[in-house]
Amino acid sequence: MSSELLFAVVGALIFTLGVAGTVLVANLLRRILAFNLMGSGAFLVLVGLAQRGGESDPVPHAMVLTGIVVAVAATALALALLRKQHEMKDSEEELTEIDDG
Amino acid sequence: MSATLAFDLLLSTALVWSAWRTITANRLDQAVVMFIVFGLLMTLAWCRLRAPDIALAEAAIGAGLTGALLLDALGALRKGKTARRRQ
Amino acid sequence: MKRAIVIAAALVFGGLLINAIVDLPSSPVDLRIAVADNMANSGVSHPVTAVLLNFRGYDTLLEIAVLLLALIGLMAAGPMLPPPPNQPADALLQKLARIATPPVIVVGGYLLWAGAFRPGGAFQAGAVLAAAMVLLHLSGLLSAWNAQLLPLARRVILVGGFVLFLCISVALLAAGSLLQYPPHQAGLLILLIESGLTLSLAAILAGLFLFLSRDNGGAP
Repeated sequence: MSSELLFAVVGALIFTLGVAGTVLVANLLRRILAFNLMGSGAFLVLVGLAQRGGESDPVPHAMVLTGIVVAVAATALALALLRKQHEMKDSEEELTEIDDG
Repeated sequence: MSATLAFDLLLSTALVWSAWRTITANRLDQAVVMFIVFGLLMTLAWCRLRAPDIALAEAAIGAGLTGALLLDALGALRKGKTARRRQ
Repeated sequence: MKRAIVIAAALVFGGLLINAIVDLPSSPVDLRIAVADNMANSGVSHPVTAVLLNFRGYDTLLEIAVLLLALIGLMAAGPMLPPPPNQPADALLQKLARIATPPVIVVGGYLLWAGAFRPGGAFQAGAVLAAAMVLLHLSGLLSAWNAQLLPLARRVILVGGFVLFLCISVALLAAGSLLQYPPHQAGLLILLIESGLTLSLAAILAGLFLFLSRDNGGAP
């Protein structure tokens, strides 16, 4: 097995881990992490599989480069939504506490 | 050849282990730190796959910027929680 | 119960996926040959930059649009509070940030320039500059951004790369077909687009952090 193929297999493993994590984990921050693992696994499969013959291939490199930048933007948006949800939960609890008092 | 293969095996194991720990770590901050470690290991993997362009981007974005974002979010979530506890 | 089912399904899925990857026959289409054949007309000598900005320039155009959309979504969902005034961080950290920033800007410029003939380019340069801005923010030298009060200059930098890229592609569409550079001007056009992209990417990637951050570096 060439090391490129090895990394493609590792990518498949990480992708599977990410899928299972995204489904099973309840905490939203952990879910964002697991989703990012899925992305990284897919990138490894893309690049590893494309150059298992040994030569490097610029097309998947460019695709993965684009993918990494989009992934960080998606992560930041998800984190913004998570923080908003947290803030709203906080103010909701404050409101109910005032009602109880 | 065998030395590089051994290194690749070691790197693969470390990648899968850090991904596993990211999902299964008990504490949230441990999970975030393991994810940053995973990003740095990915940088090494891109070097091994002869993809220096991706390695550069992964080092700056995957490990650096995403790590900063996650740690900042973790701090904000934690601050909200302590504020709630104080009331 | 759900846990057991998901883990079993994931094991089966992972096994099948790995099996498929190992057994996959080699692809009948080899894009390496197509890329190598057209490198002379691409205007740059580094294949990844040629793919990103020339052969698949369309993807990069859409990518910067997606990044802007994500940033706008983040500004809408982000904190409503204005950022607190800057508190100076630890003196040593501040000194370090002051010393580190100029070389980082030089590295960003070099990466942009180097993208034409070796690993590097707008993405890496933008990411490095964004990291410098985050460092400046964390050391209390650059305040967080407020989505409600965004100076015009900052808006121009945020959308500038996308608008420049779009204008060039529309102009090329009028001249022939979308994003097909004339071979003689290709190198210059790519450098122009990449310069705009670098500034915008740096601002957008830093904005992802600076619009959200309501901590000032000094206070624990």
